[in-house]
Amino acid sequence: MEKKVNITINGLPVEVKKGKTILEAAENQGIKIPTLCYHKDLCVAGNCRVCVVEVVGQKRLSAACATPCEDGMEILTNSLKVRNSRKHIIELILAEHNSDCTKCYRNGNCELQDLSSEYKIMTQDFIELAPLKNYTIDMFSPSIIKDDSKCIRCQRCVRTCAELQGVNALTVAYKGDRMKISTFFEKPMNAVVCTNCGQCVNHCPTGALVEKNYIEEVWAAISDPTKHVVAQTAPAVRVGLGEEMGMKPGERVTGKMVAALRRLGFDSVLDTDFTADLTIMEEGTELLTRLKKALVDKDPGVKLPMATSCSPGWIKYIEHLYPEYLDNLSTCKSPQQMFGALAKTYYAKARNIDPENIISVSIMPCTAKKFEAHRPEMHDSGFRDVDFVLTTRELAIMIKQAGLDFEKLEPAHYDRLMGESSGAGVIFGATGGVMEAALRTAYELVTGREVPFENLNIDTVRGLEGVRKASIIIENPLEEWAFLDGVELKCAVAHGLVNAKKVMDAIKAGKADFHFVEIMACPGGCLGGGGQPIPTNPEIRQKRAEAIYAEDSNLPIRKSHENPEIQKLYNDFLIKPLGELSHHLLHTTYTKRERF
Amino acid sequence: MAYSYQLKRVDFIFRNENDWEKVLSSTIKKKPDEIINELISSELKGRGGAGFPTGLKWKLTAESKASDKYVICNADEGEPGTFKDREILSKVPYKVLTAMAVCGYVTGAKEGFIYLRGEYKFLEKELNKVIDEFQYYCKEINLDFSIKIFMGSGAYICGEETALMESMEGRRGEPRNKPPFPTQAGYMDKPTVVNNVETLVHTWTIFKYGAKKFYDLGVQYSRGTKLFSVSGDTPKPGIYELELGMSLQDFVYEFGDGDTKAVQVGGASGFLVPRKKFKDTAIGYEGKLVGISLPTGGSMMLFNSSRSMFNVLDNYLEFFREESCGQCTPCRVGCQQLLLGIKAVKRGEKPAAYLDKLLKLTETMQLTAKCGLGQSVANSFSSIVENFREEMIY
Repeated sequence: MEKKVNITINGLPVEVKKGKTILEAAENQGIKIPTLCYHKDLCVAGNCRVCVVEVVGQKRLSAACATPCEDGMEILTNSLKVRNSRKHIIELILAEHNSDCTKCYRNGNCELQDLSSEYKIMTQDFIELAPLKNYTIDMFSPSIIKDDSKCIRCQRCVRTCAELQGVNALTVAYKGDRMKISTFFEKPMNAVVCTNCGQCVNHCPTGALVEKNYIEEVWAAISDPTKHVVAQTAPAVRVGLGEEMGMKPGERVTGKMVAALRRLGFDSVLDTDFTADLTIMEEGTELLTRLKKALVDKDPGVKLPMATSCSPGWIKYIEHLYPEYLDNLSTCKSPQQMFGALAKTYYAKARNIDPENIISVSIMPCTAKKFEAHRPEMHDSGFRDVDFVLTTRELAIMIKQAGLDFEKLEPAHYDRLMGESSGAGVIFGATGGVMEAALRTAYELVTGREVPFENLNIDTVRGLEGVRKASIIIENPLEEWAFLDGVELKCAVAHGLVNAKKVMDAIKAGKADFHFVEIMACPGGCLGGGGQPIPTNPEIRQKRAEAIYAEDSNLPIRKSHENPEIQKLYNDFLIKPLGELSHHLLHTTYTKRERF
Repeated sequence: MAYSYQLKRVDFIFRNENDWEKVLSSTIKKKPDEIINELISSELKGRGGAGFPTGLKWKLTAESKASDKYVICNADEGEPGTFKDREILSKVPYKVLTAMAVCGYVTGAKEGFIYLRGEYKFLEKELNKVIDEFQYYCKEINLDFSIKIFMGSGAYICGEETALMESMEGRRGEPRNKPPFPTQAGYMDKPTVVNNVETLVHTWTIFKYGAKKFYDLGVQYSRGTKLFSVSGDTPKPGIYELELGMSLQDFVYEFGDGDTKAVQVGGASGFLVPRKKFKDTAIGYEGKLVGISLPTGGSMMLFNSSRSMFNVLDNYLEFFREESCGQCTPCRVGCQQLLLGIKAVKRGEKPAAYLDKLLKLTETMQLTAKCGLGQSVANSFSSIVENFREEMIY
């Protein structure tokens, strides 16, 4: 039986599970205790001290986030002593923080600003420290900007980088007044192990870590009459954007988003889901080819398990930390980059537009996509394949700047040619989605039958558990795939790089015999991406995941190979998966990088 | 007018005794409970400064159920003005080792560590020799207890026991949230006793001479003796073992230069006592009969009238600005504000009343900082500003 303790909060008797913190107990009672360093995704730090409360009889105040309830505690969350101290602490943080709010990217969505407003901090008596410290802004990364003058040392980014991602690019350096969040040897963010996943940005309570935004560049392109500006939207954006527009988490806003993009002035609004379907064709074929080489040809050069390559955060991670496994990565580009390469070739030709005049913009739940678009190898169309990458948050800013009443927009449809997609493409936005989509197609390709799961929903690979394993036995395959008869196809799905590490270490130790692994850098997959609305937390991720699967169920086509536009693409242009043109446009190579 | 003062010099700690083998083997013949009860009845309190009852600490750790437990001797003597542990470790190290081994026997710990201050690197070689000899004897009497030295790297904060353990585990020296306390989950998340060097030597005295002998020294609530590191404006700086409970007045009579203006008790994180309060101040733990009781890790700094209290405070705050781990807001930003604040008042950039704002801030720092250091860094500020306000302004 669970042990309970009896406490009072502000005089109210409460029964709580033993081990619950004061913060959790208060939250259950609908009493909000302010926090800054606390985040539901992360371990408790207890270092900002904003959440201090009074435990009657104790000389000192206690941090509500870090103090477990004990029987008989009388807790006051808003006594004069608490208020005075809390206000003092907010004032101290503000004295250290560059409080030039009107010029801050996070103006309007900043936890410190909210707190300062809540406590009506109207004056600054303490000496401002930020101007004394000669901070420089690190703008070297194509994805992330780090401004120490706005850092409040809550260490949420440090914990994110260590606990969620296992990357440790960000860490605490120095002590005392010089203490700051920094990198290995204080190198700039583009020169360290940083994967650009942007989880630090998503977890930062202030504007100390933000995405590098390309809003003005995109506006300029849209206003240029000589340019044909093409937008592609990633699967996870449609289940996150609503939050930025004041809607509840989990709202599907696909149609409104398309309408908004058109109203912003994009010449063509297309879908990354289309190239997600294309990825399945290419990657599925690649997997089957590898299996054949391994099982029939006994080719020792073929590497298994094959790992997905859609997540640029994961790609950079493996390049840094497991470079000896680069040959295990699928050579497929991510859907974003496949789209970019096709936009300036296939699409340009079909629409009779000079590719030089095409500006390709992608809307992504991701900051690592900005880095990916910058990679030197991503120029296979003869131009830079993707010109600008915007996060979900940046798109929301543009919609607000354009003065659109988002909720009132009449839903619209994607444009044709690279705008059609299947439910399999949509679920790329959730962890396990690529696996499920690939199985739907590969199984059918091999056996001629649909995957043996009710309603095509492969529940074993869904969910938010860090690492999930699944297997499927192939029975009665078509003649061409006879060698797969009875083979148990073993798969693993991991999300959050700390879980990727678990899978990779198991593979490295020879303790895993997977054929196919799907790895997404961010917790929850792209729907929990670093470019998604802030806040993102476990409950919100759950809501977005439900929305993704609802989107899938509602689409008439659920399997990538049944997407008519994909079929047309192969008929008219690519000829066949892994064909020559595919190799040129849709596949890529990887680079070994340093471990720090 | 003759003033008859009572300062009781004692000589236990540095008494050169060559019978540590006997003390060890006879002590571990007793039951652990018996040893704990003896420590509890001696009323020995931690000599690092915080004053937690030592017997209780051992008891709690002994009662914690875990496969592994640890004993750590905190030799990260970093408080400005203390230098007693260094002397102990160079003159009577075997007493420390014996006490650690007994603690291991009592609590069930098989491993002990001496967390040695980075600046005391020069002690390491000699100490290791003594440890080798000691380990040899442990083997002879079949006592399964090993001792290793862990070298600190010079951060003041690592004297805080949970920061010390973080440092030992290879992480950044930052204090942890409490609870859990080290007796429940300490080094490697296992129950751990962390004792100051001097505390361990006092347990040795108790093992050898009995709890009563110790208890009979000192005064109520502050039993036994204490080493004092005397420095500053004094004709006889050095280390002295005195009974607890003396009045500061008596102390100044003995160690002052005739012109003592103030004494900083307990190092930079302690309190400054001005001349007019010497009589009403006793050195010991709370509960003493006369006036204010001030505990101390042993640092006693005397200042005569040639000293500027502004400079003294400035110096302490400079120290804390740098040595705060920087983790929690009240300590990290608070220390900077106090330091910049007194400078601004001195230069006339802030009004004298700004000192009152800073005094309020020190209350918040005491109430809300994460660790014992953060809670006490402002002690010197509040006691100096309250007593020497005019020196801060003019």
